[in-house]
Amino acid sequence: MEGLTLSEAEQRYYCDLFSYCDTESTKKVASNGRVLELFRAAQLPNDVVMQIMELCGATRLGYFGRSQFYIALKLVAVAQSGLPLRVESLNTVKDLPLPRFVVSKNEQESRHTAVYSSDADNPASYSGVIPPPPGRIQVKKGSVSHDAVQQRTSTDQQESTSPVVSPQQSPPTSPHTWRKHNRHPSGGNNERPLAGPGPFWAPFSEAQPGSSTSSDPIWSGHSPPPHQENWVSFADTPPTSALLAMHPASVQDQTTVRTVASATTTNEIRRQSSSYDDPWKITDEQRQYYVNQFKTIQPDLNGFIPGSAAKEFFTKSKLPILELSHIWELSDFDKDGALTLDEFCAAFHLVVARKNGYDLPEKLPESLMPKLIDLEDSTEVGEQTGEVGYSGSPAEAPPSKSPSMPSLNQTWPELNQSSEQWETFSERSSSSQTLTQFDSNIAPADPDTAIVHPVPIRMTPSKIHMQEMELKRTGSDHANPTSPLLVKPPDLPEENKISSSIKFTPGNTVNGYSSSDSYTSDAEQIGSTVTRQRSHSGTSPDNTAPPPPPPRPHPSHSRSSSLDLNRSFSVTPGQQQAGVVAYPPAVPPRPQPSQGAGPHVHRPVDAEGLIAHTSTSPQQIPEQPNFADFSQFEAFAVSGVNKEQEDEIETHSEVLQVEKPSDSTSSLRVAKADGRVEDKTPANVPTSAGKGTTPLAPPPKPIRRRLKSEDELRPEAEEHTQKTGVIAAVLASQPSIPRSVGKDKKAIQASIRRNKETNTVLARLNSELQQQLKDVLEERISLEVQLEQLRPFSHL
Amino acid sequence: LVLACVICSPQNYPLYIRSIPAENELKFHYTVHTSLDVVDEKISAMGKALVDQRELYLGLLYPTEDYKVYGYVTNSKVKFVMVVDSSNTALRDNEIRSMFRKLHNSYTDIMCNPFYNPGDRIHSRTFDNMVNSMMMQVC
Repeated sequence: MEGLTLSEAEQRYYCDLFSYCDTESTKKVASNGRVLELFRAAQLPNDVVMQIMELCGATRLGYFGRSQFYIALKLVAVAQSGLPLRVESLNTVKDLPLPRFVVSKNEQESRHTAVYSSDADNPASYSGVIPPPPGRIQVKKGSVSHDAVQQRTSTDQQESTSPVVSPQQSPPTSPHTWRKHNRHPSGGNNERPLAGPGPFWAPFSEAQPGSSTSSDPIWSGHSPPPHQENWVSFADTPPTSALLAMHPASVQDQTTVRTVASATTTNEIRRQSSSYDDPWKITDEQRQYYVNQFKTIQPDLNGFIPGSAAKEFFTKSKLPILELSHIWELSDFDKDGALTLDEFCAAFHLVVARKNGYDLPEKLPESLMPKLIDLEDSTEVGEQTGEVGYSGSPAEAPPSKSPSMPSLNQTWPELNQSSEQWETFSERSSSSQTLTQFDSNIAPADPDTAIVHPVPIRMTPSKIHMQEMELKRTGSDHANPTSPLLVKPPDLPEENKISSSIKFTPGNTVNGYSSSDSYTSDAEQIGSTVTRQRSHSGTSPDNTAPPPPPPRPHPSHSRSSSLDLNRSFSVTPGQQQAGVVAYPPAVPPRPQPSQGAGPHVHRPVDAEGLIAHTSTSPQQIPEQPNFADFSQFEAFAVSGVNKEQEDEIETHSEVLQVEKPSDSTSSLRVAKADGRVEDKTPANVPTSAGKGTTPLAPPPKPIRRRLKSEDELRPEAEEHTQKTGVIAAVLASQPSIPRSVGKDKKAIQASIRRNKETNTVLARLNSELQQQLKDVLEERISLEVQLEQLRPFSHL
Repeated sequence: LVLACVICSPQNYPLYIRSIPAENELKFHYTVHTSLDVVDEKISAMGKALVDQRELYLGLLYPTEDYKVYGYVTNSKVKFVMVVDSSNTALRDNEIRSMFRKLHNSYTDIMCNPFYNPGDRIHSRTFDNMVNSMMMQVC
């Protein structure tokens, strides 16, 4: 027997092994089961084993003396290192790693339990359940603990396992501190963390035996019966080798040390290996265990574990800080420095896996990803039911984090999906579909006019609408001061009226729009809601331009800069009311005397109209005409555009003068006006007639009279809006004016009705336009936001 | 082409060094070391104002004929220095800024890790991957 020089580590190791094998303490180990199993655990081919045995001289001696045993062990190391078995190599090979022997789990358990239990009996601990590392897991090398060894040997529960192997053999080559721990005597076990973490770590060693469910390094929880042995043993056995728990995975080694197990254990192992599908799946038991551990740190399951607490906790696993750091990076999904329940479970699972020899992944496995939000539930892979979605609120935070973390990549698409969904939802909500619907509906709503007037779909003469109209009118009041100005310009008398009336409606809707804009918007209102809608989406000044009512794109521009008078004027008789609504019902009277004359007076003859309007507009002339108009509503309905214009003009002047929010009382006004008109019809008629006949001067005068009379009525009269309705009615009835005063009542009533309808129509129009405005503003805001987002960062 | 990327602690010792061409590393180390002076100079220049008002991105520290050195300093005086090949004209200032921002974000993530002690060398795999991808993409 050559001299054998052993390093101290080897010396110790071999001594332990020898003691382990030396069941009879005879200082020589026969070729008994333990030795053989030891050699089997070395995972060497049989012939190599035989060769070793021969080389060491055991065959000669028939047994393994200590020296032979040592030589054999050394040869095992040599063989495992891949070197040819030579006697000379015993001493020549330097730095030979210690021979590796697969440690049976049972032994580990026993060791493990031995650590924590005061019971010196290792009986059941060594159930032959060898942790079947699902393929890769290494059976842990047992820590070397003499006590454990002794006990183990004594107990010999391991039905199958290589009893020889585990407990005694400190993971030969494992550089782990664990291994070093293993080497420590059982006293070192006490250094281990408490039983709390102890059982925590137990799973490491016991991962294997168990879970038939998943081949993971499963920590079947304490409950599962098959594993109970492990757990039980864990609890019962005396602290043989505390190290065991820690070391189970000589992780770094990656030596898949198969537990040399008996048939049963191997079967179990195989079984577990076969059930291996997703290495990162967390079983329910494991999950439960993790949750319990979480609770020990943080009672609130929805709360966070702060980083420091987690650091302490995971440091107990004795993993190197670098690996723990990596695990943290993987598991802290939202990078907030704290662990949620899901994150904690993932981290725990990774630690467990690492302890069992799994390499840490570069990216967080899907099955460990915390559930983001319910939307992603279906996309979760391998998630156990136990891991039901912890709301992904922390996970949703990641979008704000730098997406450079590879582990987060998988969630980005999900988050993006969710965000997209949210975005789309918001987009939908802010879409202007209502507008389109509005448009389409509006078009057929007005059969009377060749032009698609903005007849609102809703004909709800609700007070709200009326109030809106009132508001608009009040808004237009602000613009009213300008209306006289507009009235004055020779070319714009009619337009002025229109504009003033126009002001009513958009007065409030047109936010920040110039008065001219309001005019245009009004004009559009009168013209067509369709046009309005489109215009609102555009620039304010162009209200008339963008959505031209089918018939009149920009006829108004001929007159005024922004007024679509033509459009408004072109309101058909049916729409007269709508168009007229813009105007106070002061116009009608004028054209009455001679419907042809009226218009002549007011409109076509610019000079006359100008003078008349200029003179009358500032005054309350229109009022009188309105009265007259009232009576002429019916007649006016037949009249052409001119009359409308006249009426509008007159009403406009009325509007100028009396700007009161009007409600459905317009009809009343009309009635009153009509009444008064009727009173004065004889006078008015001649006056109107006079107006009609006398181009310039006469008309103003009678108008004034009427205006004055109307003025009296005015205070009693109502709001503008109603005037507009009245105006419309007046306009409509203008043609009827000349018929006879006697028909005034009917005309008035008809005009009242028409005015009412017009009111409601305009009210709806107003509300719809306001809605359009809101939508447009929303779009604008969203666009601005998008612009902001798209703008490259201009700061740091 | 980003040649080198260095993170220096407030005490001016390196926390993280990564350079693409394996050779000439020493040259980059020297360059970065000298650029620290420029960084300090820029920091002190703005020292009168509050730290908050100080812009984090320092911009081009100094150009040499072969490469340009960009600097970025956080509010905690952690300095990021990047060496870029001069021949790479495609690399605009905005891109450099975004790269520094990514670096800063990743550095923040590292700090969130309770297992990282401020002042330690940075060994994070994730961080390495991020820096690699960032430097590679530029190349």
